[in-house]
Amino acid sequence: MKKVYIQGVGSVSSQKTFNNDEFLNEICVYNDNVISVIDPVYKDYIPPAAARRMAKGIKMSTVASKLALLDAGLENVDAIITGTGMGCLVDSEKFVSALIDNKEEYLTPTSFIQSTHNTVGGQIALGLECKGYNFTYVHGSSSFEASLIDAKMQLEENEAETILVGGVDELGEHTVKIHKLIHHIKPTAVSSENLLASKTEGAVFSEGANFFVLANENNSGSYAELVDVDIFNTMSVHNLSNAIFEFLKKNDLRLEDIDVLGLGNNGDIAFDGYYDALSNGIFANTQQIYYKHLCGEFNTASSFGTWLASKILKEQRIPKEVVKNNFKATKLETILLYNQYRGENHSFTLLRKC
Amino acid sequence: MGIISAIGNDVAENYNALIDGRKGISRISLINTMHRDSIMVGEIKTTNEEFIDQLSLPANNNYSRTTMLAVIAAKQAISDAKITDIQKYKTGVVSATSVGGMDMTEKYYYEHLEIEDHRKYIDSHPAGDSSQKIAEQLGIDQSLVTTISTACSSAANAIMLGARLIKTGKLDRVVVGGSDCLSKFTINGFKTLMILSDTYSTPFDENRKGLNLGEAAAYLVLESDRVVEAEGKKVLAYVKGYGNANDAYHQTASSEDGDGAKLAMDKALKVANLLPKEIDYINAHGTATGNNDLSEGRAIIRVFGKDVPAFSSTKAFTGHTLAAAGAIEAVFSVLALQNNVVYPNLNYKTQMKEFDIVPQTVLKKMNINTVMSNSFGFGGNCSTLIFSKHP
Repeated sequence: MKKVYIQGVGSVSSQKTFNNDEFLNEICVYNDNVISVIDPVYKDYIPPAAARRMAKGIKMSTVASKLALLDAGLENVDAIITGTGMGCLVDSEKFVSALIDNKEEYLTPTSFIQSTHNTVGGQIALGLECKGYNFTYVHGSSSFEASLIDAKMQLEENEAETILVGGVDELGEHTVKIHKLIHHIKPTAVSSENLLASKTEGAVFSEGANFFVLANENNSGSYAELVDVDIFNTMSVHNLSNAIFEFLKKNDLRLEDIDVLGLGNNGDIAFDGYYDALSNGIFANTQQIYYKHLCGEFNTASSFGTWLASKILKEQRIPKEVVKNNFKATKLETILLYNQYRGENHSFTLLRKC
Repeated sequence: MGIISAIGNDVAENYNALIDGRKGISRISLINTMHRDSIMVGEIKTTNEEFIDQLSLPANNNYSRTTMLAVIAAKQAISDAKITDIQKYKTGVVSATSVGGMDMTEKYYYEHLEIEDHRKYIDSHPAGDSSQKIAEQLGIDQSLVTTISTACSSAANAIMLGARLIKTGKLDRVVVGGSDCLSKFTINGFKTLMILSDTYSTPFDENRKGLNLGEAAAYLVLESDRVVEAEGKKVLAYVKGYGNANDAYHQTASSEDGDGAKLAMDKALKVANLLPKEIDYINAHGTATGNNDLSEGRAIIRVFGKDVPAFSSTKAFTGHTLAAAGAIEAVFSVLALQNNVVYPNLNYKTQMKEFDIVPQTVLKKMNINTVMSNSFGFGGNCSTLIFSKHP
């Protein structure tokens, strides 16, 4: 069975992440309850005429995937796997509202076509003329990790040698409005520096696209080895530590082997208890990092966590803004990521320095 | 296997309708759409209220119709597989949907902003919610549960992923399939693409006018050799081959020569280690759109040459059930293996002028060892599955 490596990364996020020569050199601090991405210069990557018609999710993903391919020194891949919780939801909103407003008349197909969840994967394939395997996972906060699992199986079995894997979600006006009404979004603006101390329900909603080139051969440019990924539809706080122990055991690791724990805390007092159970429990003496104060919350925000961990392992440094506790790792070799959203769709992702 | 579609509420009813040539296509009655007189659909005539009763859901449930159909079919599958203890083996769910909770979203879209009454459906809008509820209803927790949405090839991909999860030992058992209900969203979406027929759809016919949309759910239980041996289970069929490729031609249309479709069929044959001549029946995607049937027909000829096996599309029975179609047709394929039949391609009259292959138009009894099932979707997604009587 072959090992799987992260060979290239590309990120469009609420931070300036689209330049792969930098690593969070300058942090953008927000004071809001909904934040969007810092737009790259899209026309540097997409012909303006095409960009005008494209949903934002497609644009962000096109840039992130091109960055990842460039970073990996590849022009094409054997397969494309995309994770997205909600797809291009602005187009879904456009089509539903138009059909209600115009009583099912005068509709045009563009927004319907782009609302299809696999439109991002399809557009990337079109752009690359990639006729290989193409899948789209749409399962809440584990959409990106399901994509990683799929890619990893194929690379291990050598069914593919290089796979483009990404997570993408975009903000939509109506979706934001209704999620405020059901308190999934924080009631008031929160400073990103104080996210975990907000003591309120809900998250700071955001968007982004993080793409990766995975391969079953490594080289000097490799970021990390993708050692293992597991997803769980449900998990009780009570069972979480045991599930971690089982996951570590499966990988012949002990608790002490984890140098850094990356947590998906979003500052929601109703659900951060899952993370706290690990922070204050079995990982109390492990260096911890967090990242959703930088990228916000969206169904595939954990792909930003994977981007962060990949960069840390390659550059062998942890930006001070993501440090969560006072414990300092003696080496940066093994990172475990844990994420969940509203108590569902938990994931463990294990990365190791190459 | 479990299934609910416009031609029946369980596997037996579906099979009988296929054998009797009884289609489930009608005018729409449960959705108040302005297109009601201009389209024909494969609608399940049971109301949501009746489903809620049938499933004994509490009054405050937030199930979309997609989820209700899914749970009904998935429970049938578990029962058919004679599973009494779901916890005994590592069991996951891989489900497919494209509509998700859109049926409720389109009903309460603006209402959500004003009043609280139906805001419970905000949480059931995302595609993944239906799979979470299937798992919950089957008692599957702390396990691998995921959702695939690759338009009309979704459920075929769910079956493919399930097979791979078993092959690599990630799961011992997995419930795979798909569900999509009818909604104004999809009716109007396909209407804008001008590919809805105003009458019964006629797959592979020269004068085909487009597709009939349908709603359905179907699930199959895949089990590893280990489970089959340990439990002394009877195997209904083997997932022998699978192939996925992208046409990379156009966001919605298939390429003229069906490059993606050919690649998917070739890959599936390779995985199955079978030659084209060893396929006994092709359950075609056959949506009855001008574009699909031409592209698929050409791709079939490219793969099978002069020896194209018996083929038919069953979408004239059920309508095109979008993300569920691959699972519906997987159930039909397994039934074809079990009963040694090729289903008729209904409503066919006129030979297509671009090629000379002819679908099977009447029920045909013949020995069937292998069935190929095709599913193609927007975004260039092409998937092929091969089911076999033998391992």
